[in-house]
Amino acid sequence: MGASQSGQPHEFQHLSDKTGFSIEQIKNLHNRFEYLTQDEGTLRREHLENIENLALNPIRKKIIEAFFDKRNLGQEGEGYLDEIGFEEFLTILAFFTPSKQRTGEDDKQKTRKEKLRFLFNMHDTDNDGFITLDEYRHVVEKLLSSNETIEIETAKAIADAAMLEVASVTVGRMGPDEFYEGVTFEHFMQILKGLEIETTMNINFWNLDSTAFQCGKSK
Amino acid sequence: MAFLRKSALVLILLVVFSTPFRALTTEGHEDTYTLSKNSAANTGSTTNTSSAGNASTGITTLPIVIWKWHHVETPYLVALWILTCWLCKLVTQLNHNFTKIIPESGLLIMLGFVLGGMVWGADKAQTFKLAPINFFYYLLPQIVLDASYCMPNKHFFGNLGAILLHAVIGTCWNAGTVGIALWGCYEGGAMGTLNIGCLQFLLFGALLSAVDPVAVIAVFEEVHVNEVLYILVFGESLLNDGVTVVLYNVFDAFVSLGGPKIDAAEIIKGIISFVVVAFGGSFIGVIFAILTSILTRITHKVQVIEAGFIIVIGYLSYLTAEMMSLSAILSITFCGVCCQKYINANMDEKSVSTLRYALKVMANGSETMIFVFLGVSAIDVNIWVWNTGFILLTILFIIVFRITGVFFLNWILNQTRLIPISLTDQFVMGYGGLRGAVAYGLAAGLDEKKIPEKNLMLSTTLIVVYFTVVLQGITMKPLVQWLNVKRATLSDLTLNGKTANRVFEHTVTAMEDICGRMGDNWWTRHWNHFDKKYLCWLLMKKDARKINDKILAAFHTLNVEDAKNYVIENESKGSLGFIRNYDTANVDFKKKLDLDYADFMPDIMADMSDYDFNIDNVPVNSMVKHPVPSVSLDIHEQDRMNINEDLNAHHVLDEHLYKSRRFNRPTYSRNNYNSNENPDELQEIFQRTMRNRLESFKAAKRSVNPAKKIPKHLKKDSPLKPNNKPADPSRTHPYGDEAGIDNPGYIDETDSCPPMRTPPWQRQTGSSMNVAPSQRAQGRLPWTPTNLRRLAPMRMSNRSTDSFMMADTYEEPPDEKEEQPGTNTKL
Repeated sequence: MGASQSGQPHEFQHLSDKTGFSIEQIKNLHNRFEYLTQDEGTLRREHLENIENLALNPIRKKIIEAFFDKRNLGQEGEGYLDEIGFEEFLTILAFFTPSKQRTGEDDKQKTRKEKLRFLFNMHDTDNDGFITLDEYRHVVEKLLSSNETIEIETAKAIADAAMLEVASVTVGRMGPDEFYEGVTFEHFMQILKGLEIETTMNINFWNLDSTAFQCGKSK
Repeated sequence: MAFLRKSALVLILLVVFSTPFRALTTEGHEDTYTLSKNSAANTGSTTNTSSAGNASTGITTLPIVIWKWHHVETPYLVALWILTCWLCKLVTQLNHNFTKIIPESGLLIMLGFVLGGMVWGADKAQTFKLAPINFFYYLLPQIVLDASYCMPNKHFFGNLGAILLHAVIGTCWNAGTVGIALWGCYEGGAMGTLNIGCLQFLLFGALLSAVDPVAVIAVFEEVHVNEVLYILVFGESLLNDGVTVVLYNVFDAFVSLGGPKIDAAEIIKGIISFVVVAFGGSFIGVIFAILTSILTRITHKVQVIEAGFIIVIGYLSYLTAEMMSLSAILSITFCGVCCQKYINANMDEKSVSTLRYALKVMANGSETMIFVFLGVSAIDVNIWVWNTGFILLTILFIIVFRITGVFFLNWILNQTRLIPISLTDQFVMGYGGLRGAVAYGLAAGLDEKKIPEKNLMLSTTLIVVYFTVVLQGITMKPLVQWLNVKRATLSDLTLNGKTANRVFEHTVTAMEDICGRMGDNWWTRHWNHFDKKYLCWLLMKKDARKINDKILAAFHTLNVEDAKNYVIENESKGSLGFIRNYDTANVDFKKKLDLDYADFMPDIMADMSDYDFNIDNVPVNSMVKHPVPSVSLDIHEQDRMNINEDLNAHHVLDEHLYKSRRFNRPTYSRNNYNSNENPDELQEIFQRTMRNRLESFKAAKRSVNPAKKIPKHLKKDSPLKPNNKPADPSRTHPYGDEAGIDNPGYIDETDSCPPMRTPPWQRQTGSSMNVAPSQRAQGRLPWTPTNLRRLAPMRMSNRSTDSFMMADTYEEPPDEKEEQPGTNTKL
């Protein structure tokens, strides 16, 4: 591992400019990346699926997919990659960096939009710009799956009701002749305007020291 | 003008009600020390000479009625005072122009002055005071219990670190600095000669260090600041009361010991006792919370008094902690905070709202009384000792040290906080350090023997309380506006809000896992896991566990809302007239149908009778099942008119709420009120209300298609999107032929969707009908047999239409079949 790290500061600097992480953070994340990939250099789905703590997470599939989603990676086209490199890994994590203190209102809106877009993409699996009812149902089912006693029917009903809510909020404001096909990103933003995502969808990256991630995952 | 009249009226009432006090006090105020509002020790008017009255002096003849004032005196006066205080609250609320500027708490204090003046005028002494013992045992507990029970748990535990830091370190800081600074000034000669030593100053600082939850809630509830700020101020004020009392006791003990005897060992003991008292109190609270939660697992058997258990146990936790000389306030706080989740899940919804309201009544009531009595107590010459230097310096130090302390602690917190507390928020936090009844209670409880200048301290405390509650209370709102403090966002009760929130929490934790960081979310998640696996198992009822989910709860709330709105909305349209039509029409339709077309429309008949008439509506039911000659039909119709109202209501409930399995008899019982305990209820409510929501949505969209099912079907059929994806969403569509929830929905007529999806009859009518086909609209039934004839073959041959109707499985089969005639009959 030591060998792979030598000669990389330059590259790290480049990544730091690109993603906004500090060099220190990038080093830590790089360690983590190598740990996850077992030094293979590229990250595949099964690497992430093997993380123990993720096992409890009902929507882990969606989250893992998000790492391979070209839309999130800012790449051309749509669809999913099979494996990603360290840079892509950082790009995804950069969605979760806290915004700087005292940023202007515009910047705030921008971060908010980016973060919401990330969430939206998680919902919109077929990448048509709409969260259709099926997609929404899928998410709700997964969310409620940890609670064994809730039947799928109920989950469906909830998804339907949620969808109805979106429709009534957005269409209600836009007039009856508005075309409505599913939750568009604009609607998504509109219904979630109460959610303070720009300040909460953040992870503390700075105290991510090497000891933490080693005990975070004990062999 | 109207306001003046009203307030004049209430004032007259007040005067009337205060006459008994005068009557009493002119008689010589015996027994007044037992009066809960009265402090015998303070008034010194405890001439218990008991002119026990006419009743006991022996009677010469049988009296018909006796004036037994002394029998009821104490409870009577308590009740009267409670009434008076609440009337004061009413007075303050009469005109909103006042409450806009001056917070209610300030107004109540002022009214207290007036009342105090009356009593003083009658008695030439202040007979009624807020005695510490009454305050701490009868007025404070319910306020704290209410506050903690209604505490937004997530925010509270999310910010627990910050709250504790402020409550513990901040309070100590306030107490220490204020005490020492005052002592320094005293030594410097700023207040003349006083008989106060350093320790007494520290004691004084300690009793003034409490930020009062009552005052804080009263002021901050009116300004709606953002949640984090609110929880910081509020949580701090709750917890630091406990801390203050502990500090006060420690310093009180020091004062009793006297300066020379205090050495390092005593100080260490003091610190240890501080820790033990604070944590011990919290621990007791948690234990009582667990007890309460377990108890509520079984209390549904005595549902009527279910809510009472919580209150009593909460109060017991307070008294128990007090008994063990642990912090009572912390105990009841943690009791309320910890048990709320479980008891809310365990208890019936009705009990939960009962508990909520009961607590609110008690808390609000005693809050009102506290403020009024803070005013009343001030009108007493005996307690006023004026020392300008002392008073002004105290106010100055309190504000200055509070603000510096808050800034300093927040600076520390901001080093590690993900979202730093902004400067304006910090300022508001500092400025929001209102002192209140706790400080007064502690000051009034000082021992005059140990502290010779007790009255000076008491009057200074009163001044500080008035200053902070009234002046800072008045300026708080403009300040918050001027500083542009972030306000509270509307709570996301919406289903989408909850769902998205959940998705988003999971995402963040997953990201942390992927980065291998054990962050706050790690703890939260593992706690949740533990909570779900063990605590809920222990503390929750089985069926409560089932439905214990926020998303589900939001869904449920929405459904109930919907059902309510539906009834209200339609009632406003004319007392359910729409349904009346529907019913009559429907029945007629069926009767006729039964007679005329029974031969070739058997399945409709079966469906409909299945569906509608299994309500406990025997006449109709029997009528359909046993068709009678047309002559007697009319008679039955007449009969039915009488029960129409009943039937309508029943119908609404049946359709849109839960189908009543039992016939609820309107009986009175002390022990029960009727409730649905059917375990299937939830499932059915979902299904029914979902249908209702879909229908009303369709109605809103003015559509005639049962299109909600169609798009989905389409999607399954073809890999292509059902509708031409609109390049621009602004393109116009013909109105109203479209709907559906899932409703990628907009099916326009020019669409190339396969014909089978929109049955021809619907297609034709789509544009011509303006009326929503919701089930309420089914009153529009085919009136002419020709329609039916046209329909019938279609209906018969077209069994397959049902298949797409059933694509959504949450519809109960009989229900959707019932829809079928509805749609068909739109012709």
